Amino acid sequence: MTSGLWEIVLSGVWVTIQLLLFSALLGGVVAFVVGIARTHRLRSVRFLAGLYTEVFRGTSALVMIFWVYFVLPPAFGWQLVPMWAGTLALGLTYGAYGTEIVRGALNAVEPAQREGGIALGFTPWQRMRLILLPQAVPEMIPSFGNLLIELLKGTALVSVMGMGDLAFSGNLVRLALQESAEIYSYILVIYFVIAFLLARLMRGLEKRLKQPTGGAA
Amino acid sequence: MKWDWGAVRDFMPQFWEGLLVTLQALALGSLISFTLGLVWALLMRTPTRWVRWPVGVVTEFVRDTPLLVQLFFLFYVLPEWGIAASALTTGVVAIGLHYSTYTMQVYRAGIEAVPPGQWEAATALSLPVRHTWTAVILPQAVRRVVPALGNYVIAMLKDTPLLMTITVLEMLGEARLFSQEHFQFTEPLTVIGVAFILISFPASLLVRALERRLAS
Repeated sequence: MTSGLWEIVLSGVWVTIQLLLFSALLGGVVAFVVGIARTHRLRSVRFLAGLYTEVFRGTSALVMIFWVYFVLPPAFGWQLVPMWAGTLALGLTYGAYGTEIVRGALNAVEPAQREGGIALGFTPWQRMRLILLPQAVPEMIPSFGNLLIELLKGTALVSVMGMGDLAFSGNLVRLALQESAEIYSYILVIYFVIAFLLARLMRGLEKRLKQPTGGAA
Repeated sequence: MKWDWGAVRDFMPQFWEGLLVTLQALALGSLISFTLGLVWALLMRTPTRWVRWPVGVVTEFVRDTPLLVQLFFLFYVLPEWGIAASALTTGVVAIGLHYSTYTMQVYRAGIEAVPPGQWEAATALSLPVRHTWTAVILPQAVRRVVPALGNYVIAMLKDTPLLMTITVLEMLGEARLFSQEHFQFTEPLTVIGVAFILISFPASLLVRALERRLAS
């Protein structure tokens, strides 16, 4: 492969990383807002949050991407830049998976902790912020790590819409080279390396977050 | 937002064809991933490191890289290697292979959950290795893992639209074809989105019910 072709691949890596970062941020916000809403005491709030999760988890991510690209523009009269369209579709979809992680971790906190907060006269928001989340978040990290790798693999889907991510640039190079095995092997290895680094990062984060809750604090 | 019921009606014949292809791909993909996943899980339990190590590396690699790129790889490289397979076959193999690396973990957990006493009893009865697996361990392990496998069937369902990219006309492929011919995107894309929810939501309820029954 010539250096010109490698440049295409590298620009694809950059787009993939940007997309991963933005959609992980959006997905994280969605996961926490909707996930916390799913533990709300009002039935209607829980129902709406549950509906969101089922709709966005139930449809395929690729179908959601098509929807954002083709249905939103004529329906609302505006078109998103590809990066934001991709971020929106991926963030909303993978965020929906994240809500289950947040809900599960919050439910796994000992009921006595919540009761202790009530006994001390904490407001619900104080209980969430000072008692429940600090204990639940470290438990979420391994699952969020897996989800992040799923999201990384999901970013490849935007290439179907012609966005110049890693998978897309792989296709460009394939057309230039007229040879598939080599370039796709490189592309797969690059994805694997990113996934490996993400897994390492999350493991480090888990270690750091779990330290203070050893009981010694 | 304009909604055209006429377009929905016109799309329906193509929708059913796409649904059929989606379900076919799902059934075959599940079958491959269930069998291959068990093979990986058993290979990972062999005493030889020279078997475990490559299986571990390869499955980790397949699990952590995008199914879409794997699809492209198989679709464009197999012909170069002189293997002629239809797009649907290629797609089903890719899905099955990708998800076998997930089902492998499920089987592993299921096998590890069989109480040690069962192994000891099989040893005490001096059952041959093959019988220990087929008559004692696997029947207990597989029953436990059915709900978890069900979750991956649902995940596979939601990955079948990727086959569109290698010219398979499953649901999304048909929707795209229709929208390009009639220039109506909203209706076909919404119809198949709803179809995915209508299949996956009851399926996930079923899996949850199975989990509860096995837990109690």
